[in-house]
Amino acid sequence: MSEHEHRHSHEEHAQRAPSPIESRVKELEARLAENGYIDPAALDVIIDEYQTKIGPRNGARVVARAWCDPEFRRWLLQDATAAIAAMGFTGRQGEHMIAVENTPEVHNMVVCTLCSCYPWAVLGLPPTWYKSAPYRARAVKDPRGVLEEFGVRLPESTRIRIWDSTAEVRYLVLPQRPAATETLNERELADLVTRDSMIGTGLPSAP
Amino acid sequence: MTYRSFADLGGREVAGAIVPEAEGELFHAPWEARVMALVVAMGPTGMSNIDMNRSARETLPNYRDLSYYEIWLAALDKLAQQKGVLGRAPPPPTQMLRAAAVAGAIRQGTSASRPAARPARFRVGDAVRTIGAQPQHHTRLPAYARGKSGVIELIHGAHVFPDTNSQGLGEAPQWLYTVAFEEKELWGGTARMQRSTISVDAFEPYLQPA
Repeated sequence: MSEHEHRHSHEEHAQRAPSPIESRVKELEARLAENGYIDPAALDVIIDEYQTKIGPRNGARVVARAWCDPEFRRWLLQDATAAIAAMGFTGRQGEHMIAVENTPEVHNMVVCTLCSCYPWAVLGLPPTWYKSAPYRARAVKDPRGVLEEFGVRLPESTRIRIWDSTAEVRYLVLPQRPAATETLNERELADLVTRDSMIGTGLPSAP
Repeated sequence: MTYRSFADLGGREVAGAIVPEAEGELFHAPWEARVMALVVAMGPTGMSNIDMNRSARETLPNYRDLSYYEIWLAALDKLAQQKGVLGRAPPPPTQMLRAAAVAGAIRQGTSASRPAARPARFRVGDAVRTIGAQPQHHTRLPAYARGKSGVIELIHGAHVFPDTNSQGLGEAPQWLYTVAFEEKELWGGTARMQRSTISVDAFEPYLQPA
């Protein structure tokens, strides 16, 4: 949400009566604060962390580095938790990381059919579609159909590898480096790495 | 009472399109952000653990009619009432997350790794078969992967066992494996073949030697 939209929604909020769900959340928060369970100021900080600090640009930096630094790439594929931690991305929903590499032969795709498990430390909060019933239902059974919905068409010869995150292990897809990017530096490469390419439902942008 | 999860969706017929979303589009209303933050902030209080939270969410009878943050809210509400934390004499929280401690707590995370009580039963490359029965409690073996033959691909060490942890029966750490299945094994010959391999992360009690 941009700052303008954010301000706008606050103004709207002030002008009308709260919806039933808004009242319910407010009441729950007030009761938990009163009973010493939560600090409302902490909620503000949590929201800010995921709005401004922890998001898919973190993962994009990991991918760009792996594209530029063969040593780092090896480390990432061998011990993703440690390699990613070395870049400062640790913690909640990223405690046990595995990086899976796309090649011309194999395309990796990640799903959580049971809920919404997602590598928050490198990708932030999951998009709505990732948590939605259609994606969770179809990703495991009709991955090529799902990819087509995202506009991705893979060669028939490419094997699709689907990782259903059913425990506390979180998966990051290392997409293939796009062609004709030899002259780009790590930062420029990171700009090509889309969130969806790190879930496996997209490909990196062309330079 | 029969335990029923409404969240186990893998491989089911579900209508509706997958709607792409821009990267910056995190919340669709301010209350959604508040609910996300409430759930994160309740973690350190000891009211419930992540497996209890998932169990509370997946058993909501109207699960499929709710949006994701509505599910989170309903489950938080349900647990808070069950645990008596909304009442006049709430049990004291283990810890309250202060604003100044948030960044550190998020970056610290909560590891699910635990020391193993015994050696792993399986090795990478072993053929295994998943158990077929649906237990009467929270579990993390999806229905589509029950009673199926696969191969151990990765071993992740011992992790907290959701089946017991969700019921307040302790962490009872179990070896965790990535088990890969060929599409034909999961969907039979009728499904449109995709040249795909599907894996789940399965705890040792879900597996038998094939």
